[in-house]
Amino acid sequence: MNIQYSDALVIGGGLAGLRAAIEVAKSGQSVTLLSICPVKRSHSAAVQGGMQASLGNGAKGEGDNEDLHFADTVKGSDWGCDQEVARMFAQTAPKAVRELAAWGVPWTRVKKGERTVVINAQKTTIKERDEAHGLINARDFGGTKKWRTCFIADATGHCMLYGVANEAIKHQVKIIDRMEAVRIIHDGKKCLGVIARDLTNGQLIAYVARGTMIATGGYGRIYKQTTNAVICEGTGAAIALETGLCRLSNMEAVQFHPTPIVPSGILLTEGCRGDGGILRDVDGYRFMPDYEPEKKELASRDVVSRRMMEHIRKGKGVKSPYGDHLWLDISILGRAHVEKNLRDVQDICKTFNGIDPADEGPKGWAPVLPMQHYSMGGIRTKPTGESQWLDGLFACGEAACWDMHGFNRLGGNSCAETVVAGMIVGDYFADYCKNNGEIIDTNIVKDFLSKEYQYLKSLTDKEGKHNVFEIKNRMKEIMWDKVAIFRTGEGLKEAVDELEKLYKDAQDVKVHCKELDCANPELEEAYRVPRMLKIALCVAYGALLRTESRGAHYREDYPKRDDLNWMKRTLTYWVEGETLPRVEYADLDIMKMEMPPAFRGYGAKGNIIENPLSEKRQAEVDAIREKMEAEGKSRHEIQHALMPYELQPKYKALNQRIGVDYE
Amino acid sequence: MSRKLTIKAFKYNPLSKISKPHFVTYELEETPFMTIFVCLTQIREKMDADLSFDFVCRAGICGSCAMMINGVPKLACKTLTKDYPDGVIELMPMPAFRHIKDLSVNTGEWFEDMCKRVESWVHNEKETDISKIEERIEPEVADETFELDRCIECGICVASCATKLMRPNFIAATGLLRTARYLQDPHDHRSVEDFYELVGDDDGVFGCMSLLACEDNCPKNLPLQSKIAYMRRQLVAQKNK
Ligand SMILES: Cc1cc2nc3c(=O)[nH]c(=O)nc-3n(C[C@H](O)[C@H](O)[C@H](O)COP(=O)(O)OP(=O)(O)OC[C@H]3O[C@@H](n4cnc5c(N)ncnc54)[C@H](O)[C@@H]3O)c2cc1C
Ligand code: SF4
Ligand code: FES
Repeated sequence: MNIQYSDALVIGGGLAGLRAAIEVAKSGQSVTLLSICPVKRSHSAAVQGGMQASLGNGAKGEGDNEDLHFADTVKGSDWGCDQEVARMFAQTAPKAVRELAAWGVPWTRVKKGERTVVINAQKTTIKERDEAHGLINARDFGGTKKWRTCFIADATGHCMLYGVANEAIKHQVKIIDRMEAVRIIHDGKKCLGVIARDLTNGQLIAYVARGTMIATGGYGRIYKQTTNAVICEGTGAAIALETGLCRLSNMEAVQFHPTPIVPSGILLTEGCRGDGGILRDVDGYRFMPDYEPEKKELASRDVVSRRMMEHIRKGKGVKSPYGDHLWLDISILGRAHVEKNLRDVQDICKTFNGIDPADEGPKGWAPVLPMQHYSMGGIRTKPTGESQWLDGLFACGEAACWDMHGFNRLGGNSCAETVVAGMIVGDYFADYCKNNGEIIDTNIVKDFLSKEYQYLKSLTDKEGKHNVFEIKNRMKEIMWDKVAIFRTGEGLKEAVDELEKLYKDAQDVKVHCKELDCANPELEEAYRVPRMLKIALCVAYGALLRTESRGAHYREDYPKRDDLNWMKRTLTYWVEGETLPRVEYADLDIMKMEMPPAFRGYGAKGNIIENPLSEKRQAEVDAIREKMEAEGKSRHEIQHALMPYELQPKYKALNQRIGVDYE
Repeated sequence: MSRKLTIKAFKYNPLSKISKPHFVTYELEETPFMTIFVCLTQIREKMDADLSFDFVCRAGICGSCAMMINGVPKLACKTLTKDYPDGVIELMPMPAFRHIKDLSVNTGEWFEDMCKRVESWVHNEKETDISKIEERIEPEVADETFELDRCIECGICVASCATKLMRPNFIAATGLLRTARYLQDPHDHRSVEDFYELVGDDDGVFGCMSLLACEDNCPKNLPLQSKIAYMRRQLVAQKNK
């Protein structure tokens, strides 16, 4: 019986898990981190475009601050987010970028003087201020008022992840890779750790700690078409669901990205459009200005994705053996720009499609189609990152829903969230571990261990009827056909029924290789696929019940955002033995919002079923603001009066910026 | 149009008492722009669920999937089948790393050890106040650091290196590149002398015999030889001081 103890346990070694682990290590406690793959291979490495933080250094970022970043995030979320969390985030993001810089992340820097950029398909000259020379630069991304996305060419995630992982090694975080968490150990109230399976030798190990954090990333692989890495299967969220206690929140909020390349689904970063790239249809025509005259290609992701699909439905897509697609044209940026700032994009186009995107004209256009990209939903937590239903279980990063993104996330806000949450939640988590003594009953741990062994053995023993890969692929097709960008009640109902049937089938599969004590890929599928199906059911069922359209969740039969009935967060949980999740809701309180729901700035106005409280709260907000401005109060004081929020003093401290100091 | 591919994959489970190293041959239909990732996924789903291999990003950016492809170490997810005219492709695990099973090797532990050996993090005595404006860095200097920060720890240079095969403790090109990266980064206050302590011996920079295979095979086209030469010049100067 192998039981390993440490003060803190982190599951997942992407940006979120690693950054949180560092916070614990800095508090002087021992921390063990488990990951399916070597941590530097985590999906966070794939971030190309960059991370949002309102430094306001570059000419196009001048005047930026937390207030603007907060407002963009709330609007982007289609008012589905937790505004206090969005505030905590916007306040800490500049600190996160600066910390990473100090750890050696080689952010692209501002060079003073003039340079040429492409804005709205036009070459334009901008002039960088002398006093900004050498500070961190930022590029444009969709849905933001300022150029706020800090970047390193198009390898931002790689550099951030290496910076953070190296720092974790320095702080002696005990990193154990090829170790998969397969069950959460708990006594009905408190989390005691996890059972993990060593993917190299099949051994089961109990990792026991005072506090456990899940930072296992997203669940994109439940879809057939996705930009996500092959390990993004949502099993971390699923084992939280399987406690029967933890809730997953807003699982129906799934983001689709406009420009993965066809057919591989490898992402061409939003930076392509941010830097000035445009979309074209079968006739080579730039169609986005017709749909979204104001923001064009740089409307938020849910909007651009839908407009593209709408345009394809009108027969303007390009036919291909893999279905219809559209074109992304970045050649207008010029070869030099592509070769420097979009080098990985060029490499991807060349390798996987034989196209050089720097070539002018149709020759250089890349075939693109919106695909699944990001999971806004996840393990529901308080703003501190702790589960409301299971003591000692924390979650952060894409796996979690402390609810910063609501129903649509802005590009560049996710890798920012991972490090910011790693700092804030990591700090609360470290406190928790310090202040909660061991109350570990090893009998419970032993019991979980032997149950898990029995479960795995039952999987290899069973001469089941079904093939696990067929079930998995069918699930992916259902999700893509019926729970994707456009959704209808009818399609969702079919999806739920079929997924439920698949879930039952998945209990009866045959695993050919019977060996338990080695790497056994088919066995791994056999225990992962039922978990993926649970996640898929939470997504589909939540989507079926939510009879409105909000952010990325778009119901053709309910096209309006319904603030009257749906200012609420979906919470799904799973009762053991059942074949469908149960759903409950938590209200969002408009009267506490700093920014009450309003028009988002895209599509037709009036597409909202309004809630009278919005107007009432807006009047309150306006009155407070007017009065305090007249009294000469600072923007920080006004913010505090509108919506006070808790944050550790070291993160709440004001951020210094050139030209304005701490104002 | 489409042709048959013959994939020969090495199979061996070192943990099993009965497993013996052998090759298994799989035949599949080629599709346009097919990669080894696509082949291996099909093989696992349709022909041999037990075959072990590693992929994460399937996009050439995470460094998981390096293996010997017709005798040359390459990223399998970026390798196109059309580049093999006779349609016969032989897959083997990379040497130089601990073998896990079939095509899977343990690069993770090797790289963590390498990072510890060269202390692959910024060394700096100052406390940074993260509420304050960040330290200024010349844009060109930041770009140069980035150029050396692009290593994805795939292990291809390690597996390509004859010195490494003869001298198990050799830090290999990637390890030496890492020292050059921190020497170049203004945030890191280590001196040449400090680096001499870490890699100034035959397991480090003086072990390299300049056989060049590392640079030829590096999927990121990193300037391995010139950086090793640069480190060697710096450290020789240090030694002679
Ligand atoms: C192609 C692509 C490009 C992107 N570009 C951007 C961008 O430009 N800007 C931006 O802000 N965001 C971007 N994103 C989103 C962003 O990459 C992710 O949201 C973010 O990296 C998630 O980080 P994480 O730490 O939460 O999880 P991940 O980085 O996904 O890490 C998850 C970790 O959990 C481990 N794990 C998973 N399950 C288990 C288990 N059961 N047991 C043990 N370990 C487990 C994995 O090994 C891994 O270490 C992009 C995403 C994609 C798909
Ligand atoms: S230097 Fe190149 S070949 Fe070596 S590990 Fe890094 S990316 Fe791979
Ligand atoms: S799978 Fe990531 S480099 Fe091949």
